[in-house]
Amino acid sequence: MTAGADRPAATRHVPAAGGRRRAPGRRKRTAARAAQYLALLCYLLFLLLPFLWLVSTAFKPPRELGSIDPTWVPHDPTLANFRAAFDEQPLLRSAANSLLAAAGAALLAVVVATPMAYVLARFRTRLARAATGWVVVSQAFPLVLVIIPLFLLLKALHLVDSLGGLTLVYVVWSLPFALWMLTGYVRAVPAELEEAAAVDGAGRVRTLVSVTAPLLAPGIVATGLFAFITAWNEFFFALVLLKSPENQTMPVVLTHFLGAEGAADLGPLAAAALLATVPSLLLFAVIQRRITGGMLAGAVKS
Amino acid sequence: MPAPARAPMRRRTFLGAAAAPVLAAAPVLAGCSGGSKASGPRRPLRFQSLAWQAESVRANKALVAEWNRQHPRSPVEYVQGAWPTVHDQLLTAFEGGEAPDIIHDASDDLADFAYGGYLADLTGLLPDRLAADIPRHSLRTGTFQGRLYGVPFLQEPRVLIANRKLLRAASRVRVPTPDRPWSWAEFRAAAKKLTRDGGRDGHQYGVAWPLKEPVSATLNLALSTGGRLFHRRADGRAEVRFEAADQVVPRTVHDQVHADGSAARATLGMGGSDTLPGFFAGRYAMVPLGFSYRQQIVQQAPKGFEWTVLPAPMGSAHAQGVSPQTLSIAADCPRKEEAMAFLAFLLRPENMARLALGDWMLPTGTEALRDPRLRVVKYGWATGTALAGTLRAAPAQSVRGYPEWKDKIATPGLQEYYSGAIGPTELRNRLVEDGNLVLARYQR
Repeated sequence: MTAGADRPAATRHVPAAGGRRRAPGRRKRTAARAAQYLALLCYLLFLLLPFLWLVSTAFKPPRELGSIDPTWVPHDPTLANFRAAFDEQPLLRSAANSLLAAAGAALLAVVVATPMAYVLARFRTRLARAATGWVVVSQAFPLVLVIIPLFLLLKALHLVDSLGGLTLVYVVWSLPFALWMLTGYVRAVPAELEEAAAVDGAGRVRTLVSVTAPLLAPGIVATGLFAFITAWNEFFFALVLLKSPENQTMPVVLTHFLGAEGAADLGPLAAAALLATVPSLLLFAVIQRRITGGMLAGAVKS
Repeated sequence: MPAPARAPMRRRTFLGAAAAPVLAAAPVLAGCSGGSKASGPRRPLRFQSLAWQAESVRANKALVAEWNRQHPRSPVEYVQGAWPTVHDQLLTAFEGGEAPDIIHDASDDLADFAYGGYLADLTGLLPDRLAADIPRHSLRTGTFQGRLYGVPFLQEPRVLIANRKLLRAASRVRVPTPDRPWSWAEFRAAAKKLTRDGGRDGHQYGVAWPLKEPVSATLNLALSTGGRLFHRRADGRAEVRFEAADQVVPRTVHDQVHADGSAARATLGMGGSDTLPGFFAGRYAMVPLGFSYRQQIVQQAPKGFEWTVLPAPMGSAHAQGVSPQTLSIAADCPRKEEAMAFLAFLLRPENMARLALGDWMLPTGTEALRDPRLRVVKYGWATGTALAGTLRAAPAQSVRGYPEWKDKIATPGLQEYYSGAIGPTELRNRLVEDGNLVLARYQR
């Protein structure tokens, strides 16, 4: 239901004379809106510039990288950095490993978090409140605190140096936030819809499948996407838990272009980093419309 | 919202549904250990290398392949590590008993691992040939409490990379050589002469100090004036002192920036690579850098750009501190003799020279140093080779607590001193008073 539906008609009708009197106010609003758009534009540029710089660097030959007057568009664009990146490091294999771990983590996180979120949202018991509190508290533990116990635990389970083990860690790591996100989505689905379905004779499973799940779909996709990107970009767990070269993921392989004391093989590093951002960008591009569309559809349902 | 009428039963159903995927996934995940191979009686020894430049990685991999061809019954697996993360990664691997068998690292990173019992004592394992080939002062860099935990094999002196054209144009500036390097006073005077206001072309500084990580540069160069900073007391405990000999280098840098105006203030927060564009553009006549930076200069310098390698300034001690790259064997390695055999193969003179060329560094072995390819004038190889005899173990590296002192006390202290935010008295207080409190915690 939209907020405006309950407004008295008088407040929606603005007489012409009053409109003239309020012209300065309208100008103010226009100026405020322009300022908002300007701020938004600045923010977008702030987000975009590092990416554009990465693209530019990836196509620059070494001599342009060492120029004191850097340009956005390379004078002499080259693919040599990409060739070097592929020659020097196993990028394809590491990308496949990252994809496997990230997709597995996203899938499992959603599968585990969805029923949990439903329970936490619909059954407000003490246990549910305690569980929610614990989920929030679990986010407070710093990574370095858990890494060695986690390593020993995985070692005991023979899951060190295993993409399966890493996937499991990613699921656990992204689960609290996924749960928190999905609980919000479940709460946004009116319980009255489920009650209406029950009155119409639908069983619990039917109600979930036919009524709740379609409304939750955007939330599930958004949560899965979050879990995927978290796992795709994750570095420290992968660094510590994987030791075989054939298991290493993309973020770990990217560090192989770095030397001691801040030295870097900048061109190939930029080329490899650019390739590493492509899956996340593509995923967003494909799914973004579906997420926002679904969210808006949920927002105006009455 | 009121709970549905049959909530208790449903709750169990849903909790069960939530748990089911995890339980179902466990065997799948366990079976998904792609990389974990069946551990047979002769699993390959794992050699973790930190080589990162393309040539160096190629050289390392080629040597491993060569070893495996010659020793099919003692295979070695090449594992790629990375400099920025090696300490954390090794620490966790040691704690979990999953460390690589043969470990490439730097001598200033070994102290905690050596004292922690994670590394094998190589004193009795080191072949006589290697013990005779690597000078005693180099071996000392990998020695802790009288035991050898890391065999130093590659090292780099800090040198001055200079713009040859600007050097030639400056009147009455003596060009230093390894036999007759500049004193710190001469260096300061030369930097002043190389400084000029270029008008529209911009200011030209005599020197650009890239001091984003100021501690190792300061300490290693301070050794040239006899500065040790870390001293051993009679009871064997280490303590920090900041005496006259320790202060020459920091004071010179500080005064070049703030009194002479001959050093660029903007580069104090930069890494070595960041100063190169300005160097190529003629903004800085000299940049003190590690010897291996020559590779980046060769790659990135504009066509026709003339540069040369000069020895770093020296004081009365005629030495420079260095933390060489090392090869160690993990204490948990099941076949230490075999690991040492591989290590000895890797450090044969011809192989050590190959590794040095790949990394643009100097080998520690005296035989390898005689390799003609390391003695050519081109790219300053000859200058570097001539300096090899002056390189000594940095006194700080064997001190427990040095990494914490470096990160928490010395780095911010020196950064603030160089930028002019604090004076020498405050710097001394921090390095010594606060510093000794840090060391005391490690020496109880």
